[in-house]
Amino acid sequence: MRLSMELELQDVPGQLLLALQPIKNARGNIISVVHHRDRKTPRGTVPVRLIVEMDRSKLEGVKKELERSGIVVVRAGEERFIEEVSVILVGHVLDSDLGDTVSRIDSTGYAEVMDLSLSMPGVDEPSSAYMKIRATGKKEMQRALEILREVGAQKKLLVIEPVEDDL
Amino acid sequence: MREVRISLIGYGVVGHGVVDVISRKRKMLRGLGLDLKIVSITDHTGTLVNEDGISGESVLSHKTLHEVANSEMSAKETIRSVNSELVVEVTPTNIVHGQPGLGHMEEALSNGKHVVTSNKGPLVVAYDKLKRLADDNGVMLKFEATVGGTMPLINLIERTLVGNTILGIRGIFNGTCNYILTRMAEEQYPFSRALAEAQELGYAEADPTYDIEGVDTAAKIVILANAIFNMNVKYNDVQVRGITEITPESLALAKKHGYVIKLIGEVPALTVRPMLVPIRSPLAVGSTLNAAAIYTDLSGTITVTGLGAGGLETAAAILSDIVSIYRTKRVDAIF
Repeated sequence: MRLSMELELQDVPGQLLLALQPIKNARGNIISVVHHRDRKTPRGTVPVRLIVEMDRSKLEGVKKELERSGIVVVRAGEERFIEEVSVILVGHVLDSDLGDTVSRIDSTGYAEVMDLSLSMPGVDEPSSAYMKIRATGKKEMQRALEILREVGAQKKLLVIEPVEDDL
Repeated sequence: MREVRISLIGYGVVGHGVVDVISRKRKMLRGLGLDLKIVSITDHTGTLVNEDGISGESVLSHKTLHEVANSEMSAKETIRSVNSELVVEVTPTNIVHGQPGLGHMEEALSNGKHVVTSNKGPLVVAYDKLKRLADDNGVMLKFEATVGGTMPLINLIERTLVGNTILGIRGIFNGTCNYILTRMAEEQYPFSRALAEAQELGYAEADPTYDIEGVDTAAKIVILANAIFNMNVKYNDVQVRGITEITPESLALAKKHGYVIKLIGEVPALTVRPMLVPIRSPLAVGSTLNAAAIYTDLSGTITVTGLGAGGLETAAAILSDIVSIYRTKRVDAIF
């Protein structure tokens, strides 16, 4: 079963390894680790999101072991985000408040930006951003893309969406 | 042997191609039972008429008809008065008012002559009217060359895929844009340099607006929407965004994550916009190629690719339309 875990780690070396050990012990298969160093919590901890392939019955044991190591388990459960879509934004992506663009997706509760990379050729040149968005279902993904189109229109960004397998 | 007398209206690159292809393929066509005879050629400088058939060699060396024209008849007069049963209309396209091609097609259809064309404008402006005129006069209006160059799309849907419900069509319909995006991705060229190269190589016009702003693709989307989906839409119903904002950096980012960026037209969505296409998708064709995915209920998704433009290639599509008119008639005759 695919499970997601949201943890908060102390910003000191070795914490991520510490967080992964109980999963390894439970024979979990780590699918992805997203380390949000840029989004520290007010307590100074670093949010980390894990996707793990693991028997659900082992989840409670893993949680307890993590907590014993001083790691905060914010949420743990079945993977909610089943849809994934890549988009590219072109224009003055950074100057038009990239943080706001991302948070308009993240604040929906049903979709979030999982991966982000930027390419900026020069100060006055248009920049490009690659984003991977995940959502809880197809409908929710369409709504998230609709938000992104609106943001694109407001901020004069070209939003390049992927072709889908079907129509 | 079925003799087909043809009036050719327009003698630019495509017109030359039509004369050349019909001349080259004479033997093969005779094998199909067709004797295609061009009996008149008209362009803005005049008309050449020969009731016995114009030989390709005698005109192909001339860029315009001026030197060999033997009549001052206008295109419409020629269509009315020359004894022909099929008009090939290949004058320059105008998607705002459709003229002069629209007038030529109306004249031909009203006079009970089949029309085969590569001219998008009249179909974008007045497809329904032209189709009705063809039906009322018991003749055919064929336009395979307007949509995807040599890529067989309309005939494929109407003939081979008959029985399928077509759920949608999505594709690359402009070879110039595809060339520019391919070069930008391959060489990290800025847009302006890739465009200049396309112009030097003759893939883009001196005024490339129609191509790069997505107008040409949108015109093709209108034709497909009307012809395949009976949508009765106009150019303004299509949401259009061209490729002028695409940067080498955005193409590099796309490539890094397994995608290419292509200008994609979609029906029935009626959109033209740059989109991310997975590198392994059959739609991820490069250079001046066109590609279209046809989504069907019975046959799944069928993808075709082909050269986007060029005189001979467009003429090949025109020839296939001409042959298909008479093949249809032959089948009709059997039943």
